Amino acid sequence: MLFWQILIDGFAISSLYALGATGFTLIFGVSGVLNLSHGALMVAAVVAAWVAGGDLAAGSYLGASFGVLVGLAATMLTYFVVVRPLQQSSKIREQEKEIFILTATLLWGIMIQELIAFLYTNNAKTVLPIVEGVVMIAGVRTPANEIFTAVICWLVIGLLWLLVNRTRAGKAVLAASMNARGVTLLGIELSWIYIAVWAIYGVLVGIAGVLLGMFLGVSSYSVGPLTASAFSIVVLGGLGSVSGSLIAAYVVGYLETMTAYLVSPAYRTIPALLLLVFVMYVRPRGLLGRR
Amino acid sequence: MKLTNWRILRAPLMKATLFLGAAVVALAAGPAAQAQSKDPIRIGVISEAQSVAGSSIPLGAQLAADEINAAGGIDGRKIEIVSYDNHSSSAESVRAFQRAVNEDHVNAVIASYISEVVLALEPWAARLKTVMITPGAASDVITQNIAKDYEHNKYTFHGYLTSTSIAQSVCDSAKDLLVKDLKMKTAVIMSEDAAWTTPLDASYEKCLPEIGLKVLDHIRFSPDTTDFTPIFNKIEGEKPDVMITGISHVGTQPTVQWKSQQVPIPMFGVSSQATNSTFWKDTNGATEGVLFQAVSGPGVAVTPKSLPFVDAFQKRFGNVPSYCGYTAYDEVYYLADAIHRAGTTESDKLVDALEKTDWVGTIGRVQFQGKDTPYPHALKVGQGTITGLMLQWQDGKQVNLWPTEVANGKLKFPSFIKTN
Repeated sequence: MLFWQILIDGFAISSLYALGATGFTLIFGVSGVLNLSHGALMVAAVVAAWVAGGDLAAGSYLGASFGVLVGLAATMLTYFVVVRPLQQSSKIREQEKEIFILTATLLWGIMIQELIAFLYTNNAKTVLPIVEGVVMIAGVRTPANEIFTAVICWLVIGLLWLLVNRTRAGKAVLAASMNARGVTLLGIELSWIYIAVWAIYGVLVGIAGVLLGMFLGVSSYSVGPLTASAFSIVVLGGLGSVSGSLIAAYVVGYLETMTAYLVSPAYRTIPALLLLVFVMYVRPRGLLGRR
Repeated sequence: MKLTNWRILRAPLMKATLFLGAAVVALAAGPAAQAQSKDPIRIGVISEAQSVAGSSIPLGAQLAADEINAAGGIDGRKIEIVSYDNHSSSAESVRAFQRAVNEDHVNAVIASYISEVVLALEPWAARLKTVMITPGAASDVITQNIAKDYEHNKYTFHGYLTSTSIAQSVCDSAKDLLVKDLKMKTAVIMSEDAAWTTPLDASYEKCLPEIGLKVLDHIRFSPDTTDFTPIFNKIEGEKPDVMITGISHVGTQPTVQWKSQQVPIPMFGVSSQATNSTFWKDTNGATEGVLFQAVSGPGVAVTPKSLPFVDAFQKRFGNVPSYCGYTAYDEVYYLADAIHRAGTTESDKLVDALEKTDWVGTIGRVQFQGKDTPYPHALKVGQGTITGLMLQWQDGKQVNLWPTEVANGKLKFPSFIKTN
């Protein structure tokens, strides 16, 4: 019983982690940007879906779509207002740009967080679920929403895989992550690849946020922990490696769930963080890292 | 700007500064010397303006001040509210308190609904000898500190129920609603790990068995918890008749997950966020059937002042006050009353006057416990003063079930709840 409980709950939360971390690692792989406003973008999507579903009475489907749309818009804004001007600036030395972008996205995330708290208070919000009710799986009363979450996560990850590996545009993105200069030599405009990757990332962030809002709910306080969890999953899996992030998401998700059930919910995140420190010692490039 | 240019500018700038400074001093000194007694009474309000509960504090206080001013003020003096947002942080609250007293020269402070914040401010109220009343914190330690060192800490007043009295109110209502009516026998205590729940849980452990509810387990969880599935599973495995809650920092998340996982056990107790009128919207209706202790409720005439206050608040600010909106409103009134009786805003005399407070407010009759009791400056509770209520969310509305004299509905659970 407990075994099934852990297996089912762990799967749902891990799938959500996987989706959240995929976008995060994708933009790092392609454009070398560690986006520390990741959590803020997710929370923005949730709050937008909550507002649309509640105040504007748009219903669960429209509300969720609006949330994803706002997640995408906020991500593109982050790219054009915060990241790109720094990347193209001639006043900052090339080797310092990474740290500038890191700081800028962190501050940008805090700005979004404060704005949300100011406009909609810091109380937790939840998104109107698309599917309700419970299903019995192996004697475990599982919310249908949990199954829905896992299915959508894997559907989106599958589509992303098809996009990257089976389409021309996707292959260009993959190539850019391996050798940016090589791609430009083939006559592909690199700046368009960056915009495409950020747009894909925006959609992933929006979907992951809205699903999290339906599953657990978030508040403006969640901004930091969400960024931190995506960051640690990506570091554990190997920076820039999508498959590494997927594996790491499941490792972290199950480790957390097992701790919550077998030890105490209060210590939920501790073993995963210890594992991260351990991996940093013995294998600094992460599970499947290339560099 | 180049350094040389700056040097050229420096002399005229200094002259201008000196002139301005002199002008300010002259302006400030002039009227102050003549009209000291007609100066406004200034009340500092330090609150969590970004949280649903805390945002009612400055609004409730402002409403009371405006009403008093419209009626002519206190002995001809107007009341002025000076408001500070503490971002739910103790450190920012301490800075705000220092600024309120030293720079803005407030006569008294109304501060916060978070026990940790009020406990951080208490020594500052003592050091700066400024009266401070909390409209919403609950920890018993606030008043225990006054008992330990009365002369020093007497400037703090507890304008909301202590955790112990809240637990007592929950047990009193559970006795009627759960034990008598539903024949319940067992309970699990589920509370967040925070300063205010330590005495709350201790009182629960004591009073629940007294009313006939056996405590099967006691679960304390971190206020950072986001996934409550393991907690609900553990509780369900122990098969209690009811979960007795002690939650305030969390609320939306456990409620939504309780509904989506269809946990078949009722939630009953303290759930501070559920007292907010927006809680239905925050949880997308998942709060249906949740029972929560409160000192006030919509449409519940605890005193003749309750409903007119809610109407005025709603008309002016467009939403319903949270629990600390009621208390903050009352606090401005009885502070004003105490200043009137004391004939001064001088802190020591004000403390004496506040101790003699006997004021019918919006949540009941406000009287403070004496300095020789274990909880000096805590509100007196029970019949004739403040009893508290037990409400339940039903179809988007907060319905009062207890005490029966002021009840306006009957207990009703969603279909996934199983009661015998």
